[in-house]
Amino acid sequence: MSKGDGARQPATANRSSARDEGRRKPPDTEFVQLLTPDGSRVEHPDYDVDFTDDELRGLYRDLVIVRKLDAEATALQRQGELGIWASLLGQEAAQVGSGRALRKQDMAFPTYREHGVLYCRGIDPIMPLGLFRGVDQGGWDPNQHKFNMYTIVIGAQTLHATGYAMGIAMDGKVGSDDGEAVIAYFGDGATSQGDVNEAFVWASVFNSPVVFFCQNNQYAISEPLERQTRVPLYQRAAGFGFPGVRVDGNDVLACYAVTRKALDDARHGQGPTLIEAYTYRMGAHTTSDDPTRYRIASEVEAWQAKDPIKRLRSYLERTHAADDTFFGALEDEAAREAGALRERVLSMPNPDPLEMFDHVYPTGSPEIDEQRETFARYLETFAGGH
Amino acid sequence: MATLTLGKAINEGLRKALEDDAKVLIMGEDVGKLGGVFRITDGLQKDFGEERVIDTPLAESGIIGTAIGLAIRGYRPVCEIQFDGFVYPAYDQIVSQVAKMHYRSRGKLRLPIVIRIPFGGGIGAVEHHSESPEAYFAHTAGLKVVACSNPADAYSMIQQAIATDDPVVFFEPKRRYWEKGEVDTSVAHSEAYPLFASRVVRRGNDVTVAAYGPMVKTALDAATAAAEEGRQLEVIDLRSLSPLDLGPVFESVRRTGRLVVVHEAARAGGLGGEVAARVTEECFYSLEAPVLRVTGFDIPYPAARVEEEFLPDLDRVLDAVDRSFGW
Repeated sequence: MSKGDGARQPATANRSSARDEGRRKPPDTEFVQLLTPDGSRVEHPDYDVDFTDDELRGLYRDLVIVRKLDAEATALQRQGELGIWASLLGQEAAQVGSGRALRKQDMAFPTYREHGVLYCRGIDPIMPLGLFRGVDQGGWDPNQHKFNMYTIVIGAQTLHATGYAMGIAMDGKVGSDDGEAVIAYFGDGATSQGDVNEAFVWASVFNSPVVFFCQNNQYAISEPLERQTRVPLYQRAAGFGFPGVRVDGNDVLACYAVTRKALDDARHGQGPTLIEAYTYRMGAHTTSDDPTRYRIASEVEAWQAKDPIKRLRSYLERTHAADDTFFGALEDEAAREAGALRERVLSMPNPDPLEMFDHVYPTGSPEIDEQRETFARYLETFAGGH
Repeated sequence: MATLTLGKAINEGLRKALEDDAKVLIMGEDVGKLGGVFRITDGLQKDFGEERVIDTPLAESGIIGTAIGLAIRGYRPVCEIQFDGFVYPAYDQIVSQVAKMHYRSRGKLRLPIVIRIPFGGGIGAVEHHSESPEAYFAHTAGLKVVACSNPADAYSMIQQAIATDDPVVFFEPKRRYWEKGEVDTSVAHSEAYPLFASRVVRRGNDVTVAAYGPMVKTALDAATAAAEEGRQLEVIDLRSLSPLDLGPVFESVRRTGRLVVVHEAARAGGLGGEVAARVTEECFYSLEAPVLRVTGFDIPYPAARVEEEFLPDLDRVLDAVDRSFGW
């Protein structure tokens, strides 16, 4: 699938492929789409990408496992094993497509919902669960994983991503295939934040190698998109002076192709791109939320018909790229991974109370040392169990 | 040894830091060609280039937010907030991100960012240009907060703040930018007086006066005046507001039995209250009078034509000293 990297090619009519009779459908004018909800492959003049069967099965595998792990985390929360969970249900294609588009050297700045991107970066899915279980607040090294810590303050990470991208340019790491790029994740609600707009300004005037990847899942907790904007979100980029593109966020192939091109543009020194992945949050904002209070069932049903996994499965079946053996084995694999994740969550120890005093400052603080010692002595008065 | 204004001393300190470490960056509004509205970064862009001395877009949250990303990338950004009253748009990035990322990462990530803020009044400015917001930051775990009061300290403290891996909010007493003093620029910052330490700047055995930033000079002036009346004030420059280094204050109060704390910031929730509480805990049986505070009033910073009434001055410090003795 690397064939189409960054290449802007004219639309080619009748590209010969025997495996998909749906191919000659006209492109959707609303957004970039390469795979329709019924699983037909369509062409787009700007995104001429071929995927091998292996690659298609790989993307499908990611989608299925990411959804399964997400469901397991939701179940763990329902059973009291996680304090809260921010489900990505419905957004798997946006996350797997963009996540697989990242090259090894690229850096990602997630919100708190990018479990699918994390998985695609090759990171152990247990890593963010301490945060949701309440035993830590992340605790990972962003540089080691090329994946920043989850950021809960809405939109704040877009500035971090932009600053990091400025650093890439200062380091001279743009302008070639080996160049580095950054992707900043955020949602539709975040586009109202000052920080996100400031990040757009910075990235634009410094021509920073950053891709702004907005998963427009239609809701900011309860507030619908219309409360955030009167224009399509991707069009905002024009006002800042860089390209904006809307992609079918439930189409993993389109998400991959569009993100790959934007990242390659960035690494080659062509500056930022705003991608609006048009998708839908099928579940609640978090496990503490009740979406039945603000949206109707028929809307959810309409989006169910656009499910990102179902459409790729239809395509794989129709083109005989995968068979029941593959689907069955994958189901088993996903169940095994989910089971293993569950076991590891259950065995996460609570932190020692005195650990809360650690790592406030790189060089320490005598005041905190004193408070830790005082508190330790206080705890010792309970020794022996009173 | 050179005679430098406090502003020039910071400028020289920044220059030294840029020379010492190629990862040091300066970023802020008007810091480049103009050299900053107070000329603290004067000449630095000319000598170190636009990539290291960066004129940013006019948005404070953006300055701090992008500095965080640069720090994750391995840079050491020194951000200038043009005036105290303009730091609030960056408050979230400072308090929720700069302060907490080391902690959230369990020590794996360091953000060696310095946030320079000219603070305090006394320059006849319009509103938002004379504030003292240090308590907001000193209250926040994960930030270190310091205030310099004289050219020699300014020169070493800015370099130390840049060199430490802790995030530092660096308050500069803007009304003292033009005060001159002797600065020994041959002393390496690592050999200079430690950054997070208070210092006795005048010895005396009758009453202790603790101050920081612009009020140190006010306290020293008060001490000179008091000496003419036969009272010896011991003046302590707190220098570090987070962490507070109160050992020298405790030692002093055990001798004098009296303490007056001075700051321009409002009294309620101010650092004077924190100092008073800790001195009371540590020196209760030494105290001859309650700890007294001489501070700005609990009002918004007033219009410039009355600011001299609002700001603590020599007379108000001496009035507090009198009240302490009259207890």
